[in-house]
Amino acid sequence: MAIIGSGVLRGMGVTFKTFLETYPVGRGLLRVLGIPVTNGLVTVAYPETKQQHAERFRYFPFLVYDGTPDNLRCVACKICEQECPPQCIHIVMEKDAQGRPVKAHGRTLPKQFDIDMSICMSCRICVDVCPFDAIEMDNQYEYASTDRGPSMNFTKEQLLKSADYFRQIKPTESSTVDQRLAAKAAKASAAKPTEPPAAKPPSPPASNT
Amino acid sequence: MSSLDQLFVSIKGAILGLAQRLLPAVWLPWVSIVITIGVIAAIAPAIMMYLTWLERKIIARMQNRFGPDRVGVYGLMQPLSDGLKMLIKEDIVPRGADRLLHLIAPILSVVPAILLFAVLPFGRNMTAVDLNVGLLYFFAVSSVGSYAIFMGGWASRSKFSILGAMRSVAQIISYEVPGVLSVVAVIMVTGTLSTVGIVEAQSNRWFVFTPWGCVGALIFFLSGVAEVNRTPFDMPEAESELVGGFHTEYSGMKFALWYMAEFLESFAISAFTVTFFFGGWYGPAVPFWIVAVLFAALIATARRLPIPVKGLGVVAMVGAGLCWGTQPIPSWAWFFAKTYALIFVLVWFRGTLPRLRADQLMGLAWKFFLPLALVNIVATGVWVSWPFPIGTALSALILIVSSWLLVRANHPEAARPLRTYVFAD
Repeated sequence: MAIIGSGVLRGMGVTFKTFLETYPVGRGLLRVLGIPVTNGLVTVAYPETKQQHAERFRYFPFLVYDGTPDNLRCVACKICEQECPPQCIHIVMEKDAQGRPVKAHGRTLPKQFDIDMSICMSCRICVDVCPFDAIEMDNQYEYASTDRGPSMNFTKEQLLKSADYFRQIKPTESSTVDQRLAAKAAKASAAKPTEPPAAKPPSPPASNT
Repeated sequence: MSSLDQLFVSIKGAILGLAQRLLPAVWLPWVSIVITIGVIAAIAPAIMMYLTWLERKIIARMQNRFGPDRVGVYGLMQPLSDGLKMLIKEDIVPRGADRLLHLIAPILSVVPAILLFAVLPFGRNMTAVDLNVGLLYFFAVSSVGSYAIFMGGWASRSKFSILGAMRSVAQIISYEVPGVLSVVAVIMVTGTLSTVGIVEAQSNRWFVFTPWGCVGALIFFLSGVAEVNRTPFDMPEAESELVGGFHTEYSGMKFALWYMAEFLESFAISAFTVTFFFGGWYGPAVPFWIVAVLFAALIATARRLPIPVKGLGVVAMVGAGLCWGTQPIPSWAWFFAKTYALIFVLVWFRGTLPRLRADQLMGLAWKFFLPLALVNIVATGVWVSWPFPIGTALSALILIVSSWLLVRANHPEAARPLRTYVFAD
């Protein structure tokens, strides 16, 4: 038979220990008494101190370029635009006066690439569907603004970020992406000598995949 | 240089001396009254404001949070900003409400809470009015608050409000009885109803260190917690059941007044528990310089205080230590230290305990506290009748046996062996 009220006292002990644990002095006291101590405060005073996010933390997509900002990986294929569940991506391909796609660095490019942040739900589907690894998720999250019109609509210029930045914020993910791209480039260069770069191969080479 | 203990008394004396020169003698009593009332009227809201800050800070720490830290250093300006917010908020009165009563009720709840400060012995010679029926006055005035609560609930014309108000009245009436009976023991021993007299009777021994005082303090304090509707006895304002209870339909400054009444009453309950059982302004004669050094170190090591404030605080503390270092800690400091320790316990309750069910609440008052308070009176009689070791041992025995019997009588299921479910696993 438990003594009536002992549960109350034990509960009060738990809260008092938690109270002490949030102060350095209290933690020291508990250690001296030989009581196991946790880290205390869980929350952080946000604008001054920021939480250390996991590498996989994501918020908003960005467009990857290699070297210079004009060397986009994106070819304006519009797959992400079609796959985006809330339909926040809007892409227009760069075309010349005759309506033919303009090419730079051997591939087509978007004239307009808008993502509406007020609609984006950070689902990462655009990243998964992109065959060129041209879009990746950023871990920046401080984008609050006082209107939801133009300032929340991120244009191509605002979305451009370098591949080095991607390697810096997400080392693990970027290394797999880099390996994949390197494998693809190796395959392309292996196929290149047989065909001129402009013309497409009439049939795929002997299957080596 | 007057003594630190009588610092505030001598400040008042100095002001009165000044008034004596400037004003005709007929006015002097009025000046004295105005000073006393002015100090209480200024201190009461200040105490309330920083009680909210203290409560939020302590609760936050118990939940592994920081608590308010945005406005000012350590959130010290938070109460001011809250007050400003309350002042500029819209005052909403429900349609069909009794507008006059709706306005009067929160005011009526604050008035008795401030009136309680009149008989509080803050320190030696620091009681505003030393009524010879101070204790009776305390009980009479503190129960006026329940009228205000019911008035507010009724005037709101809201089901939640009226339910909360009804619960509140039931609760206050129930807990008034053991609360009063627990203090009867104190009256028996001291033979006075004056709060100053009760404190002075504890100059050798705080009553809490006697068997009857210990039980009496427990009953009085917990009844007080129930009377001011604080967790775990916060049935009248149970957020999860009644939206806000009796103050559901209040907003803006009227709402702030309800909160002010509640916080002032919880301060008063702690202060009166200290007065009746914890020796009031008496305390061990610790030299003042120890406290001064402690505070100076605390201010110097506070990380977020700006440097000028730090320097000023340290200099002030060192100066005070040099000035009054050899004197014992002043009586008012003891009083406030003990009161705030009990307020910490109040907040600690709130951080720990879930709300009681209505039947548990009433059961605790009528089936445990009330009989125990009655037994406590008998135990006090025994304690008074016999000399030290016999009386103390006998009264302790009576109290322990009777509380054990009460628990057994109230919880017959506790005596039975735990039921085991055969098919449980």
